[in-house]
Amino acid sequence: MTETTKKTGVSRRTLLKSTAGLAGLAAGSGAITGFPYVMSAEPKVLRYLGTAVNEGDDISKQCLKDTGIKIEYITATTDDVTKRVMTQPNSFDVLDTEYFSLKKIVPSGNILALDAKKIKEFDNITPVFTKGETPGGKKIGGQGTAPWKVLYLEGKDSKKFATSATEFVTLIPTVYNADTLGIRPDIIKRPINSWAELLNPEFKGKASILNIPSIGIMDAAMVVEATGKYKYADKGNMTKEEIDLTMKVMTEAKKAGQFRAFWKDFNESVNLMASGETVIQSMWSPAVTKVRSMGIACTFQPLKEGYRSWASGFCVSKGVSGQKLDWAYEFVNWFLSGYAGAYLNRQGYYSAVLSTAKANMEPYEWAYWMEGKPAEKDIKAPDGSLLEKAGAVRDGGSYEDRMGGVACWNAVMDENDYMVRKWNEFIAA
Amino acid sequence: MDTSEDILQQASPDVVRGSETGRAAKAARLSPSFVSWLQAGPMMLVFLAFFLIPLVFVVIVSFWDYNEYQLLPAFSGRGYTDTFEGCIAQLPDLCTIAKTYLKTLKLCFLVWAITLFIGFWVAYFLAFHIKSKTWQMGLSLLCTIPFWTSNVIRMIAWIPLLGRNGLVNSGLMKTGLIGQPIEWLLFSEFSVVLALVHLFTFFMVVPIFNSMIRIDKSLIEAAYDAGATGFQTLVNVIIPLAKPGIVIGSIFVITIVMGDFITIGVMGGQQIAAAGKIIETRVNALQFPAAAANAVILLVITFLIITMMSRIVDIKKEL
Repeated sequence: MTETTKKTGVSRRTLLKSTAGLAGLAAGSGAITGFPYVMSAEPKVLRYLGTAVNEGDDISKQCLKDTGIKIEYITATTDDVTKRVMTQPNSFDVLDTEYFSLKKIVPSGNILALDAKKIKEFDNITPVFTKGETPGGKKIGGQGTAPWKVLYLEGKDSKKFATSATEFVTLIPTVYNADTLGIRPDIIKRPINSWAELLNPEFKGKASILNIPSIGIMDAAMVVEATGKYKYADKGNMTKEEIDLTMKVMTEAKKAGQFRAFWKDFNESVNLMASGETVIQSMWSPAVTKVRSMGIACTFQPLKEGYRSWASGFCVSKGVSGQKLDWAYEFVNWFLSGYAGAYLNRQGYYSAVLSTAKANMEPYEWAYWMEGKPAEKDIKAPDGSLLEKAGAVRDGGSYEDRMGGVACWNAVMDENDYMVRKWNEFIAA
Repeated sequence: MDTSEDILQQASPDVVRGSETGRAAKAARLSPSFVSWLQAGPMMLVFLAFFLIPLVFVVIVSFWDYNEYQLLPAFSGRGYTDTFEGCIAQLPDLCTIAKTYLKTLKLCFLVWAITLFIGFWVAYFLAFHIKSKTWQMGLSLLCTIPFWTSNVIRMIAWIPLLGRNGLVNSGLMKTGLIGQPIEWLLFSEFSVVLALVHLFTFFMVVPIFNSMIRIDKSLIEAAYDAGATGFQTLVNVIIPLAKPGIVIGSIFVITIVMGDFITIGVMGGQQIAAAGKIIETRVNALQFPAAAANAVILLVITFLIITMMSRIVDIKKEL
């Protein structure tokens, strides 16, 4: 608009008048959707609601450069993202959320399933999502809300998950990881190999778990199973009795002073570990990296019972249509085309389309992050800071080993309501 | 907080009336009651739109039903019954929810008592020991220093100080006073109360100072002349006359602490339950009616406390 004014020298008032006239004419003729002037005047902006995982400045800058789409990040915690989808579905265009939230989000009818045919790389998405196995053919544990259980919808406007592949995809996968406990090897000074260590009285007052009920209960269940007290049919979908049992074990530990604190966000977990307030706690991979980049020893410890995994992806708000929907597809296609995937891989996460990410990484980087090989050169973070010196090996090894070792997925249980109440009692106990 | 707005509202017509003398002639043609409605109107509308109506909604929603992902606008007491689930069966043991409210009350009482004690003496010092108006002004501005940084930063600043390897512990260890780091300095009720006192003492200082500064100095001289000791003057003259300030300050502190969940969360290591925390968790789990029900319960309790306080002192009269 401003540019036009400058070039032609027309006053703002006449410009407004003529634009309004044109728009009116266009509206009258029913041609408004295809009207080139009006559309070109509108910048390509997508409001992107999500947690901070995928939201990097570098990603949005590169996206603007490659596609002309300006990404406006709206960052919130996982809980707040879900809340926003329920209460203000028109306040965002693209939604980046976790698969386990879908059990709440899909029935609300506030999101639009994406059409798999319009996603260029859809057939190249890792079989972790589509088949529940690694590219090497290892079967992945499916307890909890595993992505392949909620990947497809029965129809375009359906609120039911399809049991086999359809065209309509709830979330186009972007990023995922296998989580485990973080430890301070310099203080613990002995090998740790089981989830059960979290409740070992040796670490009394120095342990922590995260205070996000749906994730915390999964960690708790891993611990309970590891101690041999109980074996769950599905850790991600407990019965009331199982919830009671799990919370009883945790509450007893809490009353005995096992936990130093609970954490709710990335930075809290980093602070607890870096300051030595805790020496063993559930953690996220980049948080471990962060502690390590502060010069403090911290290991993302692989455990014999396996990993608890999570995955997130993209969909759009039901209010998005027309040109904006095309931009959304353009953006998702761009996201899967390699730059973003490589960027996320370098942070210790995994990208959904491995082939494109590989093409955007140096062979030595790929070997370190994905193949579990010792680093040939120094490993740098996306911001250029040194992460690991040459010779280091990634905790937990290769993609095959880590994703192949997944035991369960973050979940929303059928008894979620009851679980949240019990979790509250645990925190208050 | 709400009731304090009430107080401000009570006070506002008097304030506005004074500035209106210039237009009195014109206004005289309108009925005086109409003019005062006009004057109080804007505040009333704001109060109605941003306090009363939302509050009514909260009460209505607290009686709705809900499921995983939506509110069901049908009358239901589920928000309340879920909150107290199993409480009667558990008697005589207290259930978690009751314990949580008791814990909140306990923290609130501690913070109130400490902020009142500190706030009273700071205000006393400012009002009676500092003679120059400039210094009084300067020193009361000094009290606002904690507010120059954000709430969150002020809380987080305690962590490197009180932590296991923090300044206090390492200092004490070096002097050999203790052999093991003191664990209860951080992520404990102690640290919660400490942070809350740090944050909110100012809310006591200002209203108490405000009341004290208005005490006629000749009354104190008279007490002194009549042979009263310093203590007698304090108890019989200063405290009664500073009561409105004390009550207003108390209302500030109590309403804030009763609803707080961030400070209690951060400083308590998320291990100390508070009434506000229950509401937050409920909202996060999309259980809005249950959250609203807890908000109503919290509001009623807070309101009862404040009613009791205003029984002790008739603020309307004192102002």
